[in-house]
Amino acid sequence: MVSGAEQNLKSGSSAEQASAGSESLTVEQAIANLQQREDLSLCYYAAWWLGKFRVRESVAIEALIAALAEEADQTESGGYPLRRNAARALGKLGDSRAVQPLIDCLDCPDFYVREAAAQSLGKLGDSTCIPKLMSLLDGGLAAALPIPGSPHLTQPYNAVIEALGTLGATEAIDLIAPFLEHPIELVQYATFRAMYQLTQDRVYGDRLITALKGQKLQLRRAALADLGAIAYLNAADAIAETLAENSLKLIALKGLLEHEVKNNSTESSEVSDAATHLMTLMDNLL
Amino acid sequence: MTNDKGQTLIQAVEQADSASSLVAAVRSLANARLEAGISTLIAVLSYNNPGAAVAAVDGLVQLGDVAVLPLLHQLDGYNYGGRAWAIRALAKIADPRALETLLVAAETDFALSVRRAAAQGLGNLHWFQLPAEEIQSAQERSLNTLRLTSQDPEWVVRYASVAGLQALATAVIQPEFFSQIMTHYQTMLDRESDLAVCTRVRLALGQLP
Repeated sequence: MVSGAEQNLKSGSSAEQASAGSESLTVEQAIANLQQREDLSLCYYAAWWLGKFRVRESVAIEALIAALAEEADQTESGGYPLRRNAARALGKLGDSRAVQPLIDCLDCPDFYVREAAAQSLGKLGDSTCIPKLMSLLDGGLAAALPIPGSPHLTQPYNAVIEALGTLGATEAIDLIAPFLEHPIELVQYATFRAMYQLTQDRVYGDRLITALKGQKLQLRRAALADLGAIAYLNAADAIAETLAENSLKLIALKGLLEHEVKNNSTESSEVSDAATHLMTLMDNLL
Repeated sequence: MTNDKGQTLIQAVEQADSASSLVAAVRSLANARLEAGISTLIAVLSYNNPGAAVAAVDGLVQLGDVAVLPLLHQLDGYNYGGRAWAIRALAKIADPRALETLLVAAETDFALSVRRAAAQGLGNLHWFQLPAEEIQSAQERSLNTLRLTSQDPEWVVRYASVAGLQALATAVIQPEFFSQIMTHYQTMLDRESDLAVCTRVRLALGQLP
């Protein structure tokens, strides 16, 4: 499972105002807004809202799944904003009924729908999507190179590779490994992350530590998110020292701390040395 | 250090044209420990450059008490990033003149990074700098605010409150406050759902006498 903490990390500053600025809706209103089609902007907002506030009611799930197939809300450039929001929301709600409809979304002509679907499938943790996700890596590195003039690659490689790593898809290792050589750093990071999850080889975790020393803030932020997600304990001091917002470092260290506590819980209430060290680092970032 | 040198260091910060040259210029100005550079260092806190902000906070903390009033007066009401770094600097300097500002920030600021820095700072003030007769009431106000912020919706603010309470517990002059903190920790363990916050409470309980 990808943690909520990591989501905060990736959305960066929006995590800062988690409870501020959201228009007040009730659950009933949100669901009604999502079910109507007169005002698509209400629909779009409701889809986001239901995910944000983790509304797991069956009727909400069904309305979101229906929205994944909505044809009406299409932009001039062929995007499906409502489908994107619905796909993202379904990833947060943990209902397995969404798995097959999200798998179907991986064929959507809108890149961002495919990206949202891949991310959500990673979160839902259902391995039935693995073969379809793997098929998006068809053509390997050669098919994955940047296209001049396009704002994105042919497939959402980052999201697909991260999902395969999160799902423990060891059968995909040979397909994923070539992406270690991808020219885009963020794709490399996704690959380090997945390869670490699938092989537990420290080489890949260490590559992410090296990424924390990179020149670009955006890339350091991404590496922080990845290290928090894989809970790579050796990275603790490097996380504390990298030049990035303390909020992001704290979320990454929280990922390490929770992993440490869950994996080394003893009968006694004593806190392990590793956990104590992590909290010392966290205290210094408050 | 001549005035000219100081002006040159300040101008280097103002004229930096890349993220890395800004960090270097802020470091130089911070290391010079110039009172005249305080305003510039405070301004840097709102530049949205975390490397430069860390260097500026370090510089302000090194300057210490003399930076407290400028920090209090120049708090950026419109930029929560800048405000969080300034609160952090105040928390590290730990001058109790910041008490009122930290109480308000911890309880009411909309930005979690500000509430978090303030909560931690409230436990760590240099209480001995207050007139003896004011210490107890100042500690009581901090304690009350930290009890409130330990129920904040954001895990990191609750985490910071636990750390703040731990520091306060080691400094309280009223034994009753200490036992109130211990009771409060037990209450938190019962109802806190976040694993990191719970673990921080257990660490505090293990470290306090």
